Amino acid sequence: MASACWGLPDAFCQFPAMDGKSLLLMRRTIDGTFRDIVRSWSGAIDAATAPLQIALNALERAFTSTPWIVVLALVLAIVWAGSRSWRIVAGTAVAMLAIGWFGLWRDTMVTLAMVSVCTAMAVVIGLPIGIAAARSDRMQRVINPVLDVMQTLPSFVYLIPVVVIFGIGKVPGMIAVVIYAVPPMIRLTNLGIRLVDAQVLEAAEAFGSSGRQKLWNVQLPLALPALMTGVNQTIMMALSMVVVASMVGVGGLGKNVLQAINNQFFTLGFLNGFALVAIAIIFDRTSQAFGQRLQQYRGAAHD
Amino acid sequence: MTDQSVPTLEDEDEVATRPGLEIRGLYKIFGPSPSRWIGAVKAGMTKTDLNRRHGHVLGLTDISLSIPPGRITVIMGLSGSGKSTLIRHINGLIAPTAGEILFDGTDVCRMSAAELRGFRRSRTAMVFQKFALLPHRTVLENTRYGLDIRGVPRAEAERAARRWIARVGLGGYENSYPSQLSGGMQQRVGLARALATDAEILLMDEAFSALDPLIRLDMQRILLELQEELHRTIVFITHDLDEALRLGDRIAILRDGRLEQVGTGQDIVLRPANDYIAAFVHEVNRARVIRLSAVATPLAETEEAPRLALPDRLVLEEAAREMLAAGAERALVVGPRRRPLGIVRIGDLLAGMVRPSGRPPTDQAPTGPRGKP
Ligand SMILES: Nc1ncnc2c1ncn2[C@@H]1O[C@H](COP(=O)(O)OP(=O)(O)OP(=O)(O)O)[C@@H](O)[C@H]1O
Ligand SMILES: [Mg+2]
Repeated sequence: MASACWGLPDAFCQFPAMDGKSLLLMRRTIDGTFRDIVRSWSGAIDAATAPLQIALNALERAFTSTPWIVVLALVLAIVWAGSRSWRIVAGTAVAMLAIGWFGLWRDTMVTLAMVSVCTAMAVVIGLPIGIAAARSDRMQRVINPVLDVMQTLPSFVYLIPVVVIFGIGKVPGMIAVVIYAVPPMIRLTNLGIRLVDAQVLEAAEAFGSSGRQKLWNVQLPLALPALMTGVNQTIMMALSMVVVASMVGVGGLGKNVLQAINNQFFTLGFLNGFALVAIAIIFDRTSQAFGQRLQQYRGAAHD
Repeated sequence: MTDQSVPTLEDEDEVATRPGLEIRGLYKIFGPSPSRWIGAVKAGMTKTDLNRRHGHVLGLTDISLSIPPGRITVIMGLSGSGKSTLIRHINGLIAPTAGEILFDGTDVCRMSAAELRGFRRSRTAMVFQKFALLPHRTVLENTRYGLDIRGVPRAEAERAARRWIARVGLGGYENSYPSQLSGGMQQRVGLARALATDAEILLMDEAFSALDPLIRLDMQRILLELQEELHRTIVFITHDLDEALRLGDRIAILRDGRLEQVGTGQDIVLRPANDYIAAFVHEVNRARVIRLSAVATPLAETEEAPRLALPDRLVLEEAAREMLAAGAERALVVGPRRRPLGIVRIGDLLAGMVRPSGRPPTDQAPTGPRGKP
């Protein structure tokens, strides 16, 4: 033992950790208190999440019970409206038909419903926070470390408090996904607004714009490329987190993947995985093409 | 050339009743705690000392300047002399460390945020060196901007914007985006945007400096033409003496945050306040700056008045052209309402155009460093 310790005192080799008993006591106390608090608030928590639950169920039903041909037509119409590119529309059609052919239509619809809701919520939450961070350096100093933690914490870890507080089901899954997907939206909103041409902003100021007028006339429009990147990344994050969230009871493609892992269903796992990739690519291409189309005025540069 | 911008008599009465701008004892120190050093600066601490010892930048030192209504006041100076800092005080984009700017009895520097916004919306407009147009809006929408901000109804704002776009010669480009236009055209949009608000104070920060020389001359011509009719109170910043002399009814020369001299172009060329300014104006084409009034001599009692009469505001080059065309040796110099002021000979014109050798004698420089003519 002494030779393995390079002649150093024992305490420098074996970390003098807390003894097992105190650690156990600590864990029990924290977990117990936490659980008690949650239990005493459970009524309020349920009441707060009930409308979310209803909305989520309704949307999921709308996606799954509508005839597939109608959904397909709608999806293609949205992709066309966003991208104005026949290639992307054709690719989407092929991918969706393949998904249906392999019997994954229903699960895909469940996932699509979930991702749409989560992305919308992440944008609605992330945009104002990003704007606030762009407006004050102090705000940014508070928000940035929080975002760093959110983005580096393994996604499994924050499932734990979510499950303890909200239990198992769609709503906790959605909350976990939104928390995971919101940081890029906040960061890119903040960055986009901060990088707006100071001269144009000064011009708006010189003509007497109020803070709100500056935001709507100058900052948000000029930050639009960054905002679109933020939305795009948020969608990608939501899609990847939907798989993890299947562990707390979110259905859809993610759940199939989880089953495949547990049972070593090689083909099932890959088919579902590819369906997720296909959705991701459709979202990505459409939102990027949309973002580019919004800025055609830049492309026409004279010099 | 500068004659075009001088208001005619009837206008002069109207213009004189409007408020001008009065800048008094303005200081600006950049840095974390400017108020801590203002005392020392007022007591004479130099820019270098302030920067080296205390890490603050002295932007402006004791600027007092009156900006007359309806005229073009040019602020000239080299890069870093504080021109942009000074002009941004006028519409409150920068707050001074000490001093005041009076307009119509109120101190711009003491306005609340809301008052300042109102002041910017209705009283001032600004044109920027790099145009600063909204890239995602068309020419029409950009020109309308000041009116939109103010809440002017859409149709009315659009009508005004179209009129001003036509006035600056951009008719037909209403629906183009800035990136589709050349620099000169973009700055016309900038000018139209500023004029469209009908604000009496027009602030132009090196508005033409980013343009090619020919386009620049063109823009100067447009500005002078418009000013002949509009009589706005224009503060024009430039680092180019030729531009200053061409545009400025009055010129203020700034150096390291201090005013070195204020006066008409002719004052500055004929009576530079110090060696710095003398060096500055050394290469100027005097024939285009000096006016007949500066070289006219009194008409002797016995002398017969010449038949050719020329206005005293004419610059020497123009006068020479007129006299050569008329084949006249002498001409009568007349003031407003054709009142005779004196006569001028071809020789006087030549003498006025030639730069005196060596330094001007000191008794020829009655205007002190910061004095007003
Ligand atoms: N926000 C600021 N903080 C610190 N120093 C500043 C700031 N703004 C300007 N200065 C300094 O004040 C001085 C005057 O700057 P200003 O921009 O007014 O010069 P300018 O005459 O407009 O020059 P240019 O011709 O380059 O535009 C410079 O020394 C500059 O470094
Ligand atoms: Mg400048």
